[in-house]
Amino acid sequence: MRITRTAAGRSRRVAVLATTGLTATALLLTGCSSDSDDSDSAGADANGKITLTVADFGQFGYKEAGLFEKYHELHPNITVKEETTAKEEDYYPKLLQQLNAGSGLADVQGLEVGRIKELVDTKADQFADLSKVIDVNEWVSWKAKQATTADGKVIGAGTDIGPMSLCYNTELFKKAGLPTDRKEVAAKISGGWEDYLKLGEEFKKSAPAKTYFMDSASAMFNAVVSSNPKQYYDESGKAIYKDSPSVKQGWNLSAEAADKGLTEGLAQFGDPWKAALRKSTVATVVCPAWMAGQISIAAGDANKGKWDITTAPGSAAANWGGSFLGVPKSGKNVEEAGKLVKWLTAPEQQAAVFKAIGVFPSNKGAYDLADVKGATLPYFSDAPIGQIYADEAKSIPEAVIGPKDAAIKEAISTQINNMEQRGTKPDKAWDAATEKIDKVIG
Amino acid sequence: MATSSPTRDVYAPPPPGSQRKPADTRRQTWRSRLWRFDDKASPYAYIAPFFLVFGAFGLYPLIYTGWIALHRVEMTGLDRMEWVGWENFDKILHDSEFWTAVTNTFLIGVMSTVPQLLVALGLAHLLNYKLRASTFWRTIILTPYATSVASAALVFALVFRADGGLLNWVLEFVGLGDTNWANGHWTSKIAISVIVIWRWTGYNTLIYLAAMQAVPSDLYEAASLDGASRWQQFLKVTIPSLRPTILFTIVISTIGSMQLFGEPLLLEGGKLGAIGGNENQYETLSIYLFNYGWNLGHLGPAAAVAWAMLALLLLIAAVNWLIGRFVRKSAV
Repeated sequence: MRITRTAAGRSRRVAVLATTGLTATALLLTGCSSDSDDSDSAGADANGKITLTVADFGQFGYKEAGLFEKYHELHPNITVKEETTAKEEDYYPKLLQQLNAGSGLADVQGLEVGRIKELVDTKADQFADLSKVIDVNEWVSWKAKQATTADGKVIGAGTDIGPMSLCYNTELFKKAGLPTDRKEVAAKISGGWEDYLKLGEEFKKSAPAKTYFMDSASAMFNAVVSSNPKQYYDESGKAIYKDSPSVKQGWNLSAEAADKGLTEGLAQFGDPWKAALRKSTVATVVCPAWMAGQISIAAGDANKGKWDITTAPGSAAANWGGSFLGVPKSGKNVEEAGKLVKWLTAPEQQAAVFKAIGVFPSNKGAYDLADVKGATLPYFSDAPIGQIYADEAKSIPEAVIGPKDAAIKEAISTQINNMEQRGTKPDKAWDAATEKIDKVIG
Repeated sequence: MATSSPTRDVYAPPPPGSQRKPADTRRQTWRSRLWRFDDKASPYAYIAPFFLVFGAFGLYPLIYTGWIALHRVEMTGLDRMEWVGWENFDKILHDSEFWTAVTNTFLIGVMSTVPQLLVALGLAHLLNYKLRASTFWRTIILTPYATSVASAALVFALVFRADGGLLNWVLEFVGLGDTNWANGHWTSKIAISVIVIWRWTGYNTLIYLAAMQAVPSDLYEAASLDGASRWQQFLKVTIPSLRPTILFTIVISTIGSMQLFGEPLLLEGGKLGAIGGNENQYETLSIYLFNYGWNLGHLGPAAAVAWAMLALLLLIAAVNWLIGRFVRKSAV
């Protein structure tokens, strides 16, 4: 009996040791794994080969313009990998988490203009200062300011900007008895956004059934606010959206459009929105430069040539959107990543992206290149977009941007959509929007 | 087991005043101490891994979440924490959206749990009969449970889509007109409940089936001898025997519906999914928490929501326990 007992005891002790040992190893392994992950994607290997990762959202157009392959041809030891998140609202929280953890970041990260102020305010120390790599004077002046900290550090290189135009469906215009020539359309709305709504009423009178003048009133709201230097925040960083004249004007115009049934009330970029463009049920889409590409993708080849582009209502130039490329300090190839960013945002490359998908350069040097100056979009009846946007880009006002611009826009858009879709009364919608925004600003 | 008591005596410390040699005694006590230590300590070592993992991934996050709930912490600066006391709880309790989320969670919970458990009970009863290819049917019943939330929700999102969705197509075909499912207050909740019911009915069916098979067959024999019909047998024999199992499934379903997240998030997806619809008509507590923390970036109130959810669960558990006690008493 004694022998069996001892044997059992020993094996039990072994088991105890083994279990504790295993647990400890498991804990160590999980603890270490985050470190070992990084080494295989970044850093030069034995042959001096480097892989640079670029994380972005939506459509930056580098793939479409073939820029990463070209960079590899110019620098055979460098391969660029792009990880794209479709929606910016999914991308940004992830980016913040990665910045907080200090790991998982790509060598180059795309930064949206609605978030740039928040990043400049809170995360600047985690990004490499690009002012030494890039000459920010090459950009339109306000673009540089958006990404610059108080002490002169530049955390992101400007990629595109979004000068505003109006995209319209010539076929629907014709059916509704409206002029289709871009100069005539521009003349009809030259007085501003009120004229745009008047044109809408004119359209509605004789338009085919189940067609709408605009896709979404919140897009018009964005455009109205964007054409104003005073938007959601004042210079001191205080949120002034409740009294901001541009917000008020945009809101009232949206309520009017909803009330008169001029809008289909679609959430932009969603499936119903894409379907509406495919089926040609909307006549106009407020069109920041990058929107043209989105429309042509959504509406599809069948609608090629049916669309045209003209200048936005009124005389005030507006900018909607535009992104930056930042280089997180924690990367293993900060210097190489900086060079890549410099190359990607240089005039020739920005012009190539513009040619590929219509995303408009923020680098002034690109405006004189043939690819931009003479650019036309075949999809949009050969509209001279280079000329339309370049003229406008020079007169865009310098807008004050705030840390929560993107989230405020989103809250207001939701409520405008409620007015369009559910007939929510403007007062009630405004209360709901402000309640949400107060929560956002926190 | 009879052999173990004499062996144990061999290692017991020598009784006081025994006539052994001192050196031998010392060795004996050292060994016996070691044995005793082993006897007492090893069970703890065996269960230690669970407690280590639980401590690291269960208890620590729980307590840390409570700590965060008392601070102002932003997504943009996790390292800067500012003590605010109960302010975050105050904030969410005075937020109408929080109460919308509570109501939605409760409504969707009831709308999905009640039909689900009833159907599961019926299905289990059917499967409990002698059936041809019973294993096949049981496997079929469990397949929805094996699919991921994401894929199930995405497929149902296509079914419930306002524009060209499968269900609307059918409704229009039979002349009932179409409905914007995700847009309405009740229709969106129905849509979500359908996804939940579809996924979880099979799981509950199998639990009920297992419990039913443990019911002694002589009870049924006796009942049928007494002339009880199948339905009477189900009501008077099966249901009472299943009472603890039913209580268990109710508790599990309650916890499940409290955590409801993927189905509403993906019903419309995108920006609308993240706020539970344009009027928050299908926003559950989990979505509210997620939105507060990850989209708005305010982690303090988000943590407070997590603790409020725990409090609600405890409250429901207490009510459950009271009902359970009442049912047991009345059954006697």
